[in-house]
Amino acid sequence: MRWILALSNPWTWRMAWRESRSRRGRLLLFGSSIVIGIAALIAIDSFRVSLTRAVEEQAKSLLGADLVVAGRSKFGAAEDAVLRAIGGRQSRETDLSSMVLFPATDGLRLAQVRGLDGDFPYYGALETDPPDAARRWREQGGALVDESLLAQFGAKPGDAVKVGELRTIVVGSLRRVPGDTLAFATLAPRVYLRQQDLEKANLIQLGSLGRYKCYIQLPPGQTAAKALKPVRKQMDQLRLGHTTAEKRQEDLGNAMERLSNFLSLVGFVALFLGGVGVANAIHTHVKEKLAHVAVLRCLGAGEAQTFAIYLAQALVLGAVASTAGVVLGVVVQSLFPFVLGDFLPVTVAFELRPARLLEGFGVGWAFCLLFAALPLLSIRHASPMGALRVASGMGSPRRIGWPEMLMGFLLCFASVVFAMSHTARKLHGVFFMGGLLAALLCLWGTAHALMLALRRRVPAAWPYPWRQGLSNLYRPNNRTTLLLLSLGLGTFVLLTLELTQGVLLRELTKDGGENRPNTVLFDIQPDQRDGVLALVRSNGVRVVEEAPIITMRLAKIQGRTTDQILASTNRQIAKWALRREYRCTWRDKLSGTETLTAGTWHPRFDAAKDPAPVSLEEGIAKDLGVGLGDEIVFDLQGVTIPTRVASLRKVEWRRVQPNFFVVFPPGVLESAPAFHVLATRATSPRQSAELQRSLVAKYPNVSVIDLSLVLSTLDSIVSKISLGIQFMAFFTVATGLLVLMGALWTSRKQRVRETALLRTLGASKGQIRTILMMEYASLGALAAVAASGLALLSSWALVHFLFHASFAPSFAPILAAGALIPGVTLVTGWWSSRGVLDVAPLEILREEG
Amino acid sequence: MQPKPLLEVDRLTKTYAGAHGTLTVLSEVSFSLAAGETCSIVGPSGSGKTTLLGLCAGLDRPSSGDVRVDGDSLGSLDEEALARFRSERVGFIFQSFQLLPMLTALENVMVPLELRGAPNPRGPAEDLLRTVGLADRQDHYPAQLSGGEQQRVAIARAFVNKPRVLFADEPTGNLDQETAQRVVDMLFELNASSQTALVLVTHNLELAAKAHQVIRLRGGRRVEVA
Ligand SMILES: Nc1ncnc2c1ncn2[C@@H]1O[C@H](COP(=O)(O)OP(=O)(O)OP(=O)(O)O)[C@@H](O)[C@H]1O
Ligand SMILES: [Mg+2]
Repeated sequence: MRWILALSNPWTWRMAWRESRSRRGRLLLFGSSIVIGIAALIAIDSFRVSLTRAVEEQAKSLLGADLVVAGRSKFGAAEDAVLRAIGGRQSRETDLSSMVLFPATDGLRLAQVRGLDGDFPYYGALETDPPDAARRWREQGGALVDESLLAQFGAKPGDAVKVGELRTIVVGSLRRVPGDTLAFATLAPRVYLRQQDLEKANLIQLGSLGRYKCYIQLPPGQTAAKALKPVRKQMDQLRLGHTTAEKRQEDLGNAMERLSNFLSLVGFVALFLGGVGVANAIHTHVKEKLAHVAVLRCLGAGEAQTFAIYLAQALVLGAVASTAGVVLGVVVQSLFPFVLGDFLPVTVAFELRPARLLEGFGVGWAFCLLFAALPLLSIRHASPMGALRVASGMGSPRRIGWPEMLMGFLLCFASVVFAMSHTARKLHGVFFMGGLLAALLCLWGTAHALMLALRRRVPAAWPYPWRQGLSNLYRPNNRTTLLLLSLGLGTFVLLTLELTQGVLLRELTKDGGENRPNTVLFDIQPDQRDGVLALVRSNGVRVVEEAPIITMRLAKIQGRTTDQILASTNRQIAKWALRREYRCTWRDKLSGTETLTAGTWHPRFDAAKDPAPVSLEEGIAKDLGVGLGDEIVFDLQGVTIPTRVASLRKVEWRRVQPNFFVVFPPGVLESAPAFHVLATRATSPRQSAELQRSLVAKYPNVSVIDLSLVLSTLDSIVSKISLGIQFMAFFTVATGLLVLMGALWTSRKQRVRETALLRTLGASKGQIRTILMMEYASLGALAAVAASGLALLSSWALVHFLFHASFAPSFAPILAAGALIPGVTLVTGWWSSRGVLDVAPLEILREEG
Repeated sequence: MQPKPLLEVDRLTKTYAGAHGTLTVLSEVSFSLAAGETCSIVGPSGSGKTTLLGLCAGLDRPSSGDVRVDGDSLGSLDEEALARFRSERVGFIFQSFQLLPMLTALENVMVPLELRGAPNPRGPAEDLLRTVGLADRQDHYPAQLSGGEQQRVAIARAFVNKPRVLFADEPTGNLDQETAQRVVDMLFELNASSQTALVLVTHNLELAAKAHQVIRLRGGRRVEVA
C-alpha cells in the first residue's frame, strides 16, 4: 500500500501533471466516452427522485379522493348503508362503455362514458379547455370529452355529441383527470356527463356491464383503514372493492421504480461500454509511457511511486469525466419530462439534488477508476532495464498477478451489485450482467475468429490494397477487438429493443386473413340478438363468431364454499380468483384460438348426468388449483350450477376475439339471461363505419370495438414507450461512437507512420485510401453482422421466455443496421484519418516522442 | 595507497530460460572499482555489456554472484530498497539520452532530487545545467534540443544527486565525433571533480583506453587483453 503514501506526496501530483503535457486533450477526449454513461445514470437517478417526490406530494390527486369504493352492480339500499357508515363527502360515478357519435362529421367511436354526481375530484381538478368548462358543465350539463377523441373527429367545444339516446353539446375538451394517465386516455377516451344526463342516455338497461364507484373524502383525522374496518365484512359480501390514495401511491411508486430501474440498466450498458473505452485510452496511454516508466525507475523511482504518478492522472481523468457527466446528466434530466410525460400521472418539476449528484459522481468515478486500474497495473511490470534496451518498445509480456485478478473481480462485483440494486429480483440483476458479459464475450470471440480467419487466408488473387486493408485487422497493435466491442454493443442493444418491440407489436396487429374478426359487437341483449344479426348481414358484414355470455360467480370448489376457502389459513388460491365474475359461454366446438391440452371435449350434455362437463382455460385452472375431474359449483344469480372439469384448453389471448375461461357444453345454460357477442369481419373501414352508424341508430346500447383503431392506438402508445427506451439506448450508441473515435485516434500515430512508410515505398494516395476504406468497411460490416446475430438471439430469448410469444422478427431493422453501421464506421474512420494522407513521407524520419 | 573499493562485482552470472534450454548471457564476471576511478566495458554486440551494466546498477537481478556498493550487497535489497539505492547512489547516462519528453530540460534534471524529496531541487539543477553549458536552454523541451544538448542535459541529470557510481551505456553512440568528444570530456571532468566511480560501456576503443581499467567481454565471459 506504498502507493497510497506516494499519492499523498505533492510531487507525485506535480509529476503527473507535467507528465501529461501534450496528452491532456487526448486523454480527456477518450475519457469522455464514460461521460455519457455517467450522465445517463445521473439523469435517471435524479429523475427518479423527483418523480417519487412528485408522487408523494400529489398522492391525493392521484385518486382525486381519499378512498374509492367500487362495485359491478348498481348501488342499492345495502350499498348505500355501507357508504353511509363510511361517511365523509361522497361523489358517485357510473362508468359505461358506449358508442359516442359526433353528428357534425358522423364520427363514431367506443368511449368510456362516465356519469358523475357530486364534487369529485376533491384533490386536484378536472383540467379542461377552456379552463372554466368544468364549472359550466357542473352547472348546465353537456359533455366533457377527451381531447384525443375530439381531435380524432375534428370536433370542438360547442359541437353536438350523441351518447345513447342523449343528444347534447360538448362544453369542453378534457385534458387531465386526477388519477388517469394520458396514455390510458388515448386507449379508452373518456366522456364525462352529469349523472342525471347519463340516465337520459338510457344506456343502463338490465344487467348492462357497468362499473359503479363512489369517491370519498374522509373527514379530517379519519383514515381509510379506520373508516373501512367496520364495513369490511358487508363490503366483501356485496363484492365491493376499494382503493385508497395510499395504495394508489404505492402501486404507482412501484411502477415508477420499475420504469426507472429499467432505464438505469439501459444506461448502465452505456456506462460499461464507456468504461471499456476508458480502459482502452489508459491502455494506449500506459503503453506509450512504459519507456518513461523505465527511465523513472532507473532514476530511482520505486514501483509504487511510478504507479502513483499514473494513478494520479487516472484519478484526475475520472474526476473530470464524472464532473462532465454530472453536468450533462442534469441537462438530460431536464429532457425526461418531455420524453416520458405522457405516461406520468403526476407533473414532475425539475430540481437539483446535490446529494444525488454527488452520489452519481462517486459511482461514475469509481467505475472509471476500476476500468482504468486494469491497464494501469501493467506499469508494475515495466522493468528499469527497458531504459537500456531501446528496442524493447513492444512492452513486456502481460502477466496476470493477484492485483489484476483482484481488480477484475472488483469490477465484476461492482457491476453485479449495481445491476442487482436496479432489478426487482436479485437474480435478474445477475442475469442482466451475465447477458451483458456474454454479449461482450461473443463480440470478443467474433473479433478473434475474424483475425484467425484472415490470418489463415486472404485470397492472394485480391488486389494488393484490399489484402493490405484486411490484414491490417490482425496485425500487431490492431484495433479490431475494441472496434467490434464498441460498435457491436451499441448496435446490439438498439437492435434487441427494436426487434422485440416489433415482434410484440406484430403479434398484436397481424391480421390473420379472412377469418380474423376486425369489428366486435358486444352488450347485445337477448331480445336484440336476431335484429342485430340481421342488421350486420344486411350491411354485407360477415359474422365470424357468435357467443352468448353468461356471468357467474364461484360458489364451491371440491365441495368447499368460497367463503370457507377464503377463511382457511393455508389458502393457496388468490382472493381475486375466488371473487371475480366469470364470463362463461357455451358451444359445441373449440374456437380458432383454442387447443385442447387435456381431457375430452363434450359437444353435448346429457341432462340426466349431473354435473355438467366444462372446459377450463389452463391458466385459470392453475390459479384455482383444480384439475381434470374436479367439481366446481357456479352461482348464476342465486341458482347453483354444479360442474365437473372435463377438459383443459390453451387459449391464444393475444388475438383480440371473444375468449373465455370457462366453456359449457350446449344444453345447460340456454335458459339463462345471456348477452351476445358478435365477432365480425368488415371488408373495409368504410363498411365497418357504416355498420357502426346503423347500429347506433337502432341499438344505442350495443358497443362496437373497431380493432384496427385499437391496434393503431396501441401502436402509437407502444412507440411512445419505446421512444423512451430508445432514448436511453441511444446513449449506448453514442458511447460506442465515442469509443470508436477514441480507438481510431489512438492508432493515428501508427497510421501516420505506416502511411508515410508506404508512401516512401511508392504507394499512391488512392491505394492508401482503398486500404483504409477496406479496413473500416469490413470492420463495420462485421460489427453489424455480429450485433444482428446477437440481437436476434437475445430478442428471441426475451420474446420466448419473458413474453411467451412466437418469434417472427422483421428484418428491416437488421437491414438498416447492416447499411448504417459500416457507413458510420467509414465516416468516422475517414474523419479520424483526416490529414494522414497529407503527411509527407519525410515525416517518418522525424521521430517525435 | 590502495583505495578501498567502492563497487565490487563478484562472479556475476545471468541466464535466461529460453525455448531451447537456458541461455547464459553473462558468466562469472568479477571486477572492482574505487572512488574517482573509471572503468570501461568493451566487447562485440551481444556479448553482455548492457546486461552487466544493468546488474551492477541493480536494474535486474543476477542468477548468481553479487554486487556490493560501499560494502552493501544489492542481493539483499528488495525492489523498493533498490529504487532508493538508485536514487541515492547511482547515476545513469543512456545511448538514446532518455530524457522525459514531456518535461523541460530543468524539470528533467530535477527529477532525481525530487524523487528523494530534496527541499530545494531547483538550485543544484540550475547549477549543473550551467556547468554543462545549457543555462539558457533550461525551459526547452527535449524535442527542441539537439542530440548533443540532450546528452548534456542527461549528464547534468546523472550528476545532480551526487551519485557514488555513474553508469553510462554507449553515451556517445548516437553522437558525431566532435560532439562525442565534448560530452566525454565533460563526463570525465565531472567524474574526477565529484569523486564518482564511472562505469562506461562503449564501442569506441580510444574512449575505452582513457579509463583506468578496461573489461573485455566475449560471449558473456571476461577475457584478458590479447
Ligand atoms: N530478456 C532476455 N531474454 C533472453 N535473452 C536476452 C534477454 N535480454 C538480453 N538477452 C540476450 O543477452 C545477450 C546480451 O545482451 P546485451 O544487451 O547485454 O548485449 P550488448 O553487449 O549490450 O550488445 P550491444 O552492443 O548490441 O548493445 C544477447 O544475446 C541478448 O539476445
Ligand atoms: Mg548494449
